[in-house]
Amino acid sequence: MRAHVIKYGDHVDTDVIIPARYLNTSDPKELAKHCMEDIDKDFAEKNKDGCIIVAGKNFGSGSSREHAPIALKASGVPLVIADSFARIFYRNALNIGLPIIECPEAAAEIQQGDELEVDLSSGVIEDLTTSKRYQAMPIPPFMQQLIQAGGLMAYLKSRQQAEG
Amino acid sequence: MGMTQTQKILARAANLDSVKAGQLIQCSLSLVMGNDITAPVAINEFEKVGATKVFDNTKIALIPDHFTPNKDIKSAQQAKRMRDFAKKYEIQHYYEVGRAGIEHALLPELGLVAPGDVIIGADSHTCTYGALGAFSSGVGSTDMAAGMITGQAWFKVPPAIKVHLTGKLKPHVSGKDVILTLIGMIGVDGARYRSLEFTGEGVRELSMDSRFTIANMAVEAGAKNGIFPVDEKTIEYVAGRVNRPYQAFEADADAEYEREVHIDLSQVELTVALPFLPENARPARTLSEIKIDQVVIGSCTNGRMEDMRAAARILKGKAVHPEVRCIVIPATQAIYRACIEEGLTQIFLDAGAMVTMPTCGPCLGGHCGVLAAGEKCVSTTNRNFVGRMGHSTSEVYLASPAVAAASAIAGHIAVPED
Repeated sequence: MRAHVIKYGDHVDTDVIIPARYLNTSDPKELAKHCMEDIDKDFAEKNKDGCIIVAGKNFGSGSSREHAPIALKASGVPLVIADSFARIFYRNALNIGLPIIECPEAAAEIQQGDELEVDLSSGVIEDLTTSKRYQAMPIPPFMQQLIQAGGLMAYLKSRQQAEG
Repeated sequence: MGMTQTQKILARAANLDSVKAGQLIQCSLSLVMGNDITAPVAINEFEKVGATKVFDNTKIALIPDHFTPNKDIKSAQQAKRMRDFAKKYEIQHYYEVGRAGIEHALLPELGLVAPGDVIIGADSHTCTYGALGAFSSGVGSTDMAAGMITGQAWFKVPPAIKVHLTGKLKPHVSGKDVILTLIGMIGVDGARYRSLEFTGEGVRELSMDSRFTIANMAVEAGAKNGIFPVDEKTIEYVAGRVNRPYQAFEADADAEYEREVHIDLSQVELTVALPFLPENARPARTLSEIKIDQVVIGSCTNGRMEDMRAAARILKGKAVHPEVRCIVIPATQAIYRACIEEGLTQIFLDAGAMVTMPTCGPCLGGHCGVLAAGEKCVSTTNRNFVGRMGHSTSEVYLASPAVAAASAIAGHIAVPED
């Protein structure tokens, strides 16, 4: 995938990814409208073509709300790269089919607005703006299938159907 | 190599003789929990996969507590979706408004949690039950859905940090001050993916309510779970509540810990965490220049009986500062009733405080005390992130009920006078 970068710092919590005042719905499109608005009012405008989020430590900390990765995915974010992820968010993101990659070096060096080319299967992150390459842990094949299916439940269902 | 308390509980639930940190295991669940925010998303997933039954209708708890009594039409629709699901699948532990309360106060109170249990809940503060020597951890809605269908969940066995407690707390100092101090020491990701295992002779000096508060905020240090040993106080608490056999586990003498942290309880001060991270812990006595607009005393962290009593002791015969709104939220119907019976409600009302129904309400900026731009609130809740309780420029200062009550009277951050 190829996309530009929106960059954030450490401890981006799920309350700022999607404030609780909008949790009276689980509609992804509604949630997407308010994604990141408390720390980045222009997020929707910046992200209109679907940007890769690059962030620091402990991305997705706080509340277990699955609405957070759902909001990011529905707003067109194709991938989050961070120094590290909070554990509940890590699990939730993959479960709903939002690709995420831990790569401290990339998280530290990549800048706002850089253009990236990322290959999830090899874990190679290429910063086309700076011509630097970073090697993250590749996403294993079953997890890529899960992400492609649209999340854990869709993946389980497609496997059930395949097994007849 | 020996196992930690958490590892022993997980090994038993996975039907294995032993486990070690990093191992992926599949565990049978004692209980699967969700609320009016997270359960509707889980129900979507449950239906998406075409499930037609739950694994055990006696081991699922669905608690309307976040936006209830419903604050608007959309929340009412969500609560109805959970209620309809509970009815359709005959979920035994669905508790309706008026007979419920905040999930993490309610479940232990009702005896739904026992030592040695393995519990997942679609709420990050599910780690509260570690106070009873159970393994409990917050998950998302998809994991909750899978848990409701299969009765199982997979875990990566966590390494542990040992928190060794000695000494005895000073007057007015409580579990909230201990956990804010600990998070201040190790940071909001200091225990990321790890167990926080509390041990040492200081444990027996901590009340059950203080232990609930400490375990509750383990997630604020990034932990997978926080857990306490089972002692006389635990056994006394579960007696008459839990009516099934349970097994208490203790860490092996040669259990491996990644790190040890020591806290002398007698040195713990009344503590406040400044915006916008719970790790910004400071001594409350140094913050008296911070004027406040609101005080919230309640939540899954500090809405229990001991918290109500601590606040009432300080508010008795005093008046809430004219420029402060003080909102008291007993966490469950039983606590609400006890507040009336013990005369605490009278004390709060006489002081000019508002006493509301059990709800998560303002903690997450939902309702019953949302903040305007620039407003400051001393709150006994668990998070002080940007926009957590309302406008993105409002500020939440995390504190104990004693500090919150003293601040409500003073109009600025304050410590109890005596």
